[in-house]
Amino acid sequence: MPRPFTPKVVTANRLLEGDAVWRTASGDWSPDLAQAELIADAATAELRLLEAAAEAHLVVGAYLADAAAGADGPEPTHFREAFRTRGPSNYAHGKQAEPQEKA
Amino acid sequence: MYHYNDFDDAFVRERVSQFRAQVERRISGALTEEEFKPLRLMNGLYLQLHAYMLRVAIPYGTLDSRKMRQLAYIAERWDKGYGHFTTRQNIQFNWPRLRDVPDILEALADVEMHAIQTSGNTIRNVTADHFAGAAADEIADPRPVAELLRQWSTDHPQFQFLPRKFKIAVSGSRNDRAVTRAHDIGLEIVERDGAIGYRVIVGGGLGRTPMIGKVLREFLPQEDLLAYVEAVVSTWNLLGRRDNKFKSRIKITVHEHGIEDISRLVEAEFAQTRPGFAGADRAMLARIEAAFAPPAFVAKSPAPHAAARASDPVYRAWADTNLTAHRQPDHAIVTVSLKAHGATPGDASADQMRLLADLAERYAYDELRISHEQNVILPHVARADLPAIHAALTQAGLATANVGLVSDIIACPGMDYCSLATARSIPIAQQIATRFEELKVEHDVGPLKIKISGCINACGHHHVGHIGILGLDRAGVENYQVTLGGDHTETAAIGERAGPGFSADEIIPAIERLVLGYLDLREGRDETFLQAYRRLGPAPFKALLYPEARSDAA
Ligand code: HEM
Ligand code: SF4
Repeated sequence: MPRPFTPKVVTANRLLEGDAVWRTASGDWSPDLAQAELIADAATAELRLLEAAAEAHLVVGAYLADAAAGADGPEPTHFREAFRTRGPSNYAHGKQAEPQEKA
Repeated sequence: MYHYNDFDDAFVRERVSQFRAQVERRISGALTEEEFKPLRLMNGLYLQLHAYMLRVAIPYGTLDSRKMRQLAYIAERWDKGYGHFTTRQNIQFNWPRLRDVPDILEALADVEMHAIQTSGNTIRNVTADHFAGAAADEIADPRPVAELLRQWSTDHPQFQFLPRKFKIAVSGSRNDRAVTRAHDIGLEIVERDGAIGYRVIVGGGLGRTPMIGKVLREFLPQEDLLAYVEAVVSTWNLLGRRDNKFKSRIKITVHEHGIEDISRLVEAEFAQTRPGFAGADRAMLARIEAAFAPPAFVAKSPAPHAAARASDPVYRAWADTNLTAHRQPDHAIVTVSLKAHGATPGDASADQMRLLADLAERYAYDELRISHEQNVILPHVARADLPAIHAALTQAGLATANVGLVSDIIACPGMDYCSLATARSIPIAQQIATRFEELKVEHDVGPLKIKISGCINACGHHHVGHIGILGLDRAGVENYQVTLGGDHTETAAIGERAGPGFSADEIIPAIERLVLGYLDLREGRDETFLQAYRRLGPAPFKALLYPEARSDAA
């Protein structure tokens, strides 16, 4: 039996800044995971990843990450992805230090 | 201090302008990421979890005040005001933007620095004992040889596409502070009948398959060095496995073929390479050695040091912990701890870098070193000047008296920065240091090396820590595995896994039980943790880590 599909988001790092970004339903890249499109099936996930790969002028290393539906949008399900939404734990640098512009 | 010649300078500048053009072509879309990635890695530029990271080589860990000030300037102008010194005697900047990197490389070239061959399947930054040229126990300064190897390997046409990366370390003393036995090639300067030569150790390495290097040649005459090293690298270049990157390092080649076979092949290759070197490398070494001539040491009465030591217990604790014997009895080697309790191991702010540069210029013949243990060294200081240095360091939060103790922890960047990490390492180091500071026992505990890596790649050297901690991902939760009995010195050993891993909450109390428990196990203050472990074996230490298991068995 195939493994059940777990919901995904498309994520990458921005080419110029290097910071983590997530792909929204309208095809933009947002620094806020909650703005991302939560993908519910494997076929769409594959298609969105291909679309992201075509945006090499904007982002680097796009991949599919597990996420779960939350009250305000997708939330991380793994600690690595949670860290990517915040920044390092030893300094208040990265996203945790920057007020998120809402896409 | 060794200075670039015109050729070096032109070469580095040329690389910077090439990279500037490559960055522009990447941004314009003329280069794909697949094309650009190997180019940026060749220039030390990685993409991490939250940003790019630039890794800058500090050959054999040696800096002067001008270079250190430039690092401070780069940290402030293009990063977030600090840099991270690593176990590979590099500095890493964690927040550069892609567009700024060519300017940063230009600023580095201005002070004869670069980020070339800090990555890729090349011969990497050659590392050396951080007390080189200063230590009382030294046979010869290892840096001229490290520099000779750097010049020979930089852009060596045969060695740009090796099966994998290749790391060389050089020690000039019987007391191995350069971890030579965990490098692809470790060179130990030795003396035989008054002649200088090298003990050549091959096939050490950490990572997924940790191995202690084996002796390939007990005594290699000085004049044969480059020909012999070239023979070793060539032999491996042919034999080394390119089909599987986990089996490509020379340690696996040595393991699979056996040291006798490798030795035979290397000697045969050496017979071929040797005539090609006809002495030109010796002339080069002589020139380089002149550039590493020791400074003209100024004789001063050490009385101020003795007086401060007698009257000030804070000074005494620092002096007894952070100083090492210098070849000049009226001088000392100062290790400046970048491990303030609760701070990130190896990080220095731009202000701290500038203070260190000032101190080096004023008191230390303008020399600084970076140790693989992520500390900064003032290698030559008149004992008379130590109290003034201690006072200045105290002002800057750099006078922590913990070198070689529990809180002098090596930690890799782990999942706070590194995209390969399986768990964080920095917070574990911070919490252990903070806890032992609360307990006020670290001076009583004495010499102890805790080393932490955030994944199996072992950048934090956990395998050779007396206590090693490896961060893993166990079913989506950070989990920490403990190894015991590792040793990074001339008596090198790979630590043994103690048992099941600990959660992030459990690991600090577990380390506390282990270290405090050792105090009851040792025969006296003179028996270090490692000695006690070697005498008693793992059982009593495992019992400290896993008290439940013991009560179950009872
Ligand atoms: C942050 C980005 C880093 C990346 C992507 C990275 C990657 C790696 C990888 C893949 C290995 C395993 C290589 C192998 O066994 O073939 C490795 C090993 C190693 N790295 Fe790193 N590393 C990073 C940071 C560091 C830092 C910060 C240090 C110094 C603190 C360091 C020092 C080492 C050392 C000493 C090894 C030892 C294993 C060996 O070469 O035998 N690395 N690294
Ligand atoms: S050990 Fe792993 S987590 Fe730590 S720096 Fe190396 S690759 Fe990254």
